[in-house]
Amino acid sequence: MSNNKLKRAEILFSPYSVAPYEILKRTMQKDKDFVINELIESGLRGRGGAGFPTGKKWQFFAQEQNDTKYIICNADEGEPGTFKDRKLLVEVPRKVISGMAIAAWACNAKNGIIYLRAEYKNLIPDLKKEIEVFNEYANKFGLEFNITIFSGAGAYVCGEETALIESMEGKRGEPRNKPPFPIQNGYLGKPTLVNNVETFAACSMVCRYGATEYKSYGTSDQHGSKLFSLSGDSPKEGVHELELGMKISDFVEEYGDGDTKAVQIGGVAGFCIPRKEFETTIIGEGNTTGGATMIFNSTRSMYNVLHNYLDFFAEESCGQCTPCRVGTQQLLKGIEAVKSGEKPESYLDDLVKLSKTMKLTSKCGLGQSVTNSFSSIVKNFREEMIY
Amino acid sequence: MAEIAKIIQEKVETYGRERKALIPILQGIVEEKNYVDNQDMVKIAKALDISAADVYGTASFYSFIENEEKGKFVIRVCKSITCEMKGKHKVLTALEEELRIKLGETTHNKKFSLLETNCIGLCDVGPAMLVNDEPYTHLTPEKVHDVISVYRNK
Repeated sequence: MSNNKLKRAEILFSPYSVAPYEILKRTMQKDKDFVINELIESGLRGRGGAGFPTGKKWQFFAQEQNDTKYIICNADEGEPGTFKDRKLLVEVPRKVISGMAIAAWACNAKNGIIYLRAEYKNLIPDLKKEIEVFNEYANKFGLEFNITIFSGAGAYVCGEETALIESMEGKRGEPRNKPPFPIQNGYLGKPTLVNNVETFAACSMVCRYGATEYKSYGTSDQHGSKLFSLSGDSPKEGVHELELGMKISDFVEEYGDGDTKAVQIGGVAGFCIPRKEFETTIIGEGNTTGGATMIFNSTRSMYNVLHNYLDFFAEESCGQCTPCRVGTQQLLKGIEAVKSGEKPESYLDDLVKLSKTMKLTSKCGLGQSVTNSFSSIVKNFREEMIY
Repeated sequence: MAEIAKIIQEKVETYGRERKALIPILQGIVEEKNYVDNQDMVKIAKALDISAADVYGTASFYSFIENEEKGKFVIRVCKSITCEMKGKHKVLTALEEELRIKLGETTHNKKFSLLETNCIGLCDVGPAMLVNDEPYTHLTPEKVHDVISVYRNK
């Protein structure tokens, strides 16, 4: 039986308009400030996970006066459990490119780059074909915007926008200090707008439907639709487009296998919600919005889950700042020591403290977010960590 | 070795004789021979007028740029949590038996290398792996056998 409390949406994967790049054409007939204001009005927040208001970002970028400005589409999704951007790029690349082109027009930028993760290299031929279609229409509309593809080389941390820029500049993907923000000082020192794949697609949909209609989806805090990459112990794995603001219990009822023990929301950098909190946790409120959702049933060992996460973090930490480089490794060794009995149970509390210190002192989101899953798993599945 | 100089030259023409050409050059060499050795790095450093240490520093940061000789086909098995839950271990064991090498090794004929990698964005269709750039999903020990047989003849 389907659950009516879960509101499905069909916005991002709705069919294309009849004529290619029709939304772009219609948007270009409007006033630039009006379009940016519409985007602010729509309440759209970045869909990469950080959730910065997209319209505001565009407004700051539009104000930058420079002959060379870059628009980067961040297609470096590397969060374990995330694959929504791949699906968008495969099924509706035109919406993503439209979003980039609207940004280019509204903010006066001429250079676009799609930063595609190395693992998605097989998508390049089809994307190039779509860029050719775009070029043809951009020419007709009189829009000067050149899009190229930059292939990543395999590093999770490059999803962080400044690390991504460093990598494009031929350096190690180590995040920069902020400020200055990429909006002022980004790729090759020029103003640079970096948005996630889903964010660009959502922008073109705001332009298609208008802010008022777009805003009618979701909750007062989170507007519009959101893609959820669902994997794990579920008979309905895949990408689901939903309105934000549903309880985990509703989500589990619809997508679980009837024996759900825990749900990881926001990928491994997000939170692990145990069964007892399903009723009281709303997805998208007070937790991350990246949309990676993994379901674990009661046969899974949460120690193994956490061990896998920590192994991932320790490997993908760029090593630049000490709290993250050392912290991730110590957490991993720490849970192994508790499991083997080498350290007492109370050592887990010390590890939680360490993870909280990492949140305060790490340079970028990678080290700062380790505590989310670490603390929630250790707190809720403590006995599994010990025995 | 002439190929390497040619790749560097081509990429420099496209991206400019600047540091931003570095990753495309490294990727071009990986495409040619699946890894970048220290001699190549010295050549790149000369071409871009940066230190070889900088080239090495960048190259070693990225998991898709190998510094040691790899097989013609590099197999990367996803080790992230959902692929692990769905039977990655069995798939890995099947690959080890099929190729008669251990994880991290390369076959004697330099045809296959077997590696693990972090999430490749195929969680809903796991267990998954990449053979060079080509993804394979819903893997089972039997399927692994079929995939490898196809590559043996390539």
